[in-house]
Amino acid sequence: MNHLLTMNELTITDLDEILEDAEKFKNGKQWSIDQQTFIANLFFEPSTRTKFSFEVAERKMGFEVLNFEAETSSVQKGETLYDTIRTLQAIGAKAVVIRHPQDEYFKELQGKVNIPIINAGDGCGHHPTQSLLDLLTIKQQFGRFKGLKIAIVGDIRHSRVARSNAEVLNRLGAEVVFSAPNQWQDSTNPYGQYVHIDEAIETSDVVMLLRIQHERHNEAMGLSKKDYHALFGLTIEREKRMKLGSIIMHPAPFNRDVEIASELVECERSMIFKQMENGVFIRMAVLKRALQVAKEGVVVC
Amino acid sequence: MLTLLINGTVINNEGQLNEVEVKIENNKIVEIGQNLDQTNCELIDVKGNLISAGFIDVHVHLREPGGEHKETIETGSYSAAKGGFTTIAAMPNTRPVPDCVEQMNKLQTRIQETAHVNVLPYASITIRELGEELVDMEGLKNAGAFAFTDDGVGVQSAAMMLQAMKKAASINMPIVAHCEENTLINKGSVHEGVFSKENGLNGIPAVCESVHIARDVLLAEAAECHYHVCHISTKESVRVVRDAKRAGIKVTAEVTPHHLLLCDEDIPGLDPNYKMNPPLRGKADRAALIEGLLDGTIDFIATDHAPHTADEKNEGMLLAPFGIVGLETAFPLLYTHFVETGKITLQQLIEFLTVKPAETFSLDRGSLEVGAVADITIIDLKEEQEINPETFLSKGRNTPFAGWNCKGWPVMTLVNGKIAWEKGSVLV
Repeated sequence: MNHLLTMNELTITDLDEILEDAEKFKNGKQWSIDQQTFIANLFFEPSTRTKFSFEVAERKMGFEVLNFEAETSSVQKGETLYDTIRTLQAIGAKAVVIRHPQDEYFKELQGKVNIPIINAGDGCGHHPTQSLLDLLTIKQQFGRFKGLKIAIVGDIRHSRVARSNAEVLNRLGAEVVFSAPNQWQDSTNPYGQYVHIDEAIETSDVVMLLRIQHERHNEAMGLSKKDYHALFGLTIEREKRMKLGSIIMHPAPFNRDVEIASELVECERSMIFKQMENGVFIRMAVLKRALQVAKEGVVVC
Repeated sequence: MLTLLINGTVINNEGQLNEVEVKIENNKIVEIGQNLDQTNCELIDVKGNLISAGFIDVHVHLREPGGEHKETIETGSYSAAKGGFTTIAAMPNTRPVPDCVEQMNKLQTRIQETAHVNVLPYASITIRELGEELVDMEGLKNAGAFAFTDDGVGVQSAAMMLQAMKKAASINMPIVAHCEENTLINKGSVHEGVFSKENGLNGIPAVCESVHIARDVLLAEAAECHYHVCHISTKESVRVVRDAKRAGIKVTAEVTPHHLLLCDEDIPGLDPNYKMNPPLRGKADRAALIEGLLDGTIDFIATDHAPHTADEKNEGMLLAPFGIVGLETAFPLLYTHFVETGKITLQQLIEFLTVKPAETFSLDRGSLEVGAVADITIIDLKEEQEINPETFLSKGRNTPFAGWNCKGWPVMTLVNGKIAWEKGSVLV
């Protein structure tokens, strides 16, 4: 079963293949399934980019989209996630895309459901398609990962993306550094050293900013937005000190003048909207991988 | 560096065994005869055993990269050496697939670093063997691809196959085909025949293979391409190839030892060691394969060595992967059941494993003559022993032939004039 739950489960070959397919989709490649195919999107928490991005990807591939609304569904009557997926499977969905506030919600489903699950984000845990679109964006820019230095800046502790990106970038041969206020550092993340924001910005090929996730913070930030911007944000002045050819990335939604100066959102270095564009192609590639009948690499003799 | 094989025998054109000595300088055979000058020679006493050109197997799954738990280039090639094979061609259904120059170069490096025999890597016909997009055939040929195949799956689209054949023909390369029409597989794990009916299993019908071959020979004719059929298994397939050859289409075919030796009625029960793709077919199919081999319709024998782990094979008939190992058992099985029983001569058997595959793929190997590369297999035709999977050098133990008593075991293999394996040696 070709689930996509976390980045850790993807081998380098898997990654190469997904990126290759996404690039082909970007260049106009078509891939579809002959028969009518229903894909269910289950979003249990608000999302704009990811939800629409999946929906666009699904429609571009000619799939029928079943949009599930948690507040109007039987979940309100106490139906479990497993029962919901089994129901969707029974009525003909060929894959489910799930965003859920619970960390690793998919663990209770593994081995029980017979349709691929694509994780569109779980709690503070994983967001594999976001990591993949980041990888695609970096690869398009530099053509490689080996030898690149990538700074991940901001709320490392609460970021879905920080951990999985750092792990996979390490595996791909890049060097990762982190920069974050003390209370947002994550001592359990072994994939990079913490450095001062100025060092991170001046020496990195990629500056990956993270969104301050107000909705996930139990404690107050302890810093005003203005202070955060001055201490840890990508200011206009800091951008001037970035390496030649280096790029700015942000998973969005961004807080203007907090993580990034408003003027820099669409500057030449900024890949923020390119990341969103790539998100559609990555999700197409991921859907293809999930639905491919003759999955490549399956040894059939 | 001179090496002299003494006290050997070779088989002459009349099928008689003659005493002979073979002198090797560097990696070439420089002299064959009797009472040769031994000055400066390292002597290897082959104790009256048969000296043959090294065997060639153009259908081997080495599983590396991506499936190293099943087999590696190192273990698979050592297993080949033990079976008397000095040249093997590695199938591309690995992860990643060698479908671009970069992957092919990586594979070639691994082969150079770890192989015990000559390993010729296939490239795939289509990217990732998905049947959607042609590989860069020219680039891959230049990177050392042996031939092109999507073995493991059939190329489903006739248009794609025609495009591949035209391109391959233009660069003088063969297309090697696993012939299977996906819409006819029927989710089968065995042949649609006696065994499947008795056991209530879905069967893979014979036409699933033959329909692709019928399609492909016509495409090959249109493209003027050398088309080679992998592991032919049905009587209809044999007929189609025979007719195509008569029509002057450049088609060649191989058959496995297990399809020559077994049919579906021989499957003792739901034992996944009898599960392979193509499956063991009916009694009449087996007879047609033997007939096809003898009349030249089928050109040579290839093992389709397909190692899997015990855990994978213990999944049961429905879920276990297809395939059995074959490198270490091929010659003894064929010698015992075909030569000793008088169905074919020893000379024919050796040709099916040496000259014929070499001719088919224009390899400068497979002959025991002065000037040839010193790839040599030495066989003790009298030695008799049971097939014991625990003694295999392959990581795979998956064989239906465990316990079969066989004669004619290789005792030494030389590759490029150097001993690659000799009886009793194991991988350290």
